[in-house]
Amino acid sequence: MFSRTILSRAARPTAFSAIRPVAAPITTPSPFLLSLAAQRRLLSDGVRQAIDKAVGSAPVVLFMKGTPETPQCGFSRASIQVLGLQGVDPEKFAAYNVLEDQDLRQGIKEYSDWPTIPQLYVDKEFVGGCDIIVSMHQNGELAKMLEDKGVLAKEGEPAEAKKKE
Amino acid sequence: MAQAAISEASIRAALIERLKATHVEIQDMSGGCGQAFTSLIVSAEFAGKNSLKRHRLVNAALKDEIAQIHAWSAKCQTPDEYAKEMAATGGNDKPPLEGTEDGKVAGVSG
Repeated sequence: MFSRTILSRAARPTAFSAIRPVAAPITTPSPFLLSLAAQRRLLSDGVRQAIDKAVGSAPVVLFMKGTPETPQCGFSRASIQVLGLQGVDPEKFAAYNVLEDQDLRQGIKEYSDWPTIPQLYVDKEFVGGCDIIVSMHQNGELAKMLEDKGVLAKEGEPAEAKKKE
Repeated sequence: MAQAAISEASIRAALIERLKATHVEIQDMSGGCGQAFTSLIVSAEFAGKNSLKRHRLVNAALKDEIAQIHAWSAKCQTPDEYAKEMAATGGNDKPPLEGTEDGKVAGVSG
């Protein structure tokens, strides 16, 4: 399917943990300290920097449960389907699986001041969660925003061609 | 028990008290555990605010409640918007169920 093909390529930069060492090679606290920090809703500098980096890693960034190919939650599934239907360019998209990283799973809620997952960012700006993504999809606001931001796959460049690269 | 369990009634009461909600529909979408809810919230306090600001208002009003439950969805309307949608849909303005399977949450919570 078109949307799956488009988004499956986008699944590559999903490893949050892979960028964390770059962001915080020395100061990564013990898991115990991190879980304590999460309970107190304190976001460590290291986690914040890693999330900064993730948010800036592509024009369209989705923090989700599972991967675009295999979402582990209905709300993440609905959100990734919407982005596929909108025709988001896989080259301009990154997904991060919060289930692979407890720091990210807790940290992103604090970072965005948003209590649930998934969470969508466009050009480093928080757009919203599943309810907002779906309603913006339905009322046309999402199509307009993605068009304005220039993050849609170009027409005449079908997914099949991309898949063969 | 340290905290009272979150229920449809407790969320409704909180929204009426904290957001001056004039109409609240809360629907259990947990499929059993009773700790996942979707909602339709009508409040004049949403007027002049975009969708993100409305949701942030609700998230702030229900900060403790949402932190305790497994899943939360909301549709936030002003009284005017609610009246218009009710008229346009023949009374079928309901809490959102996108992302659920037959109205129940599927997948990893929290």
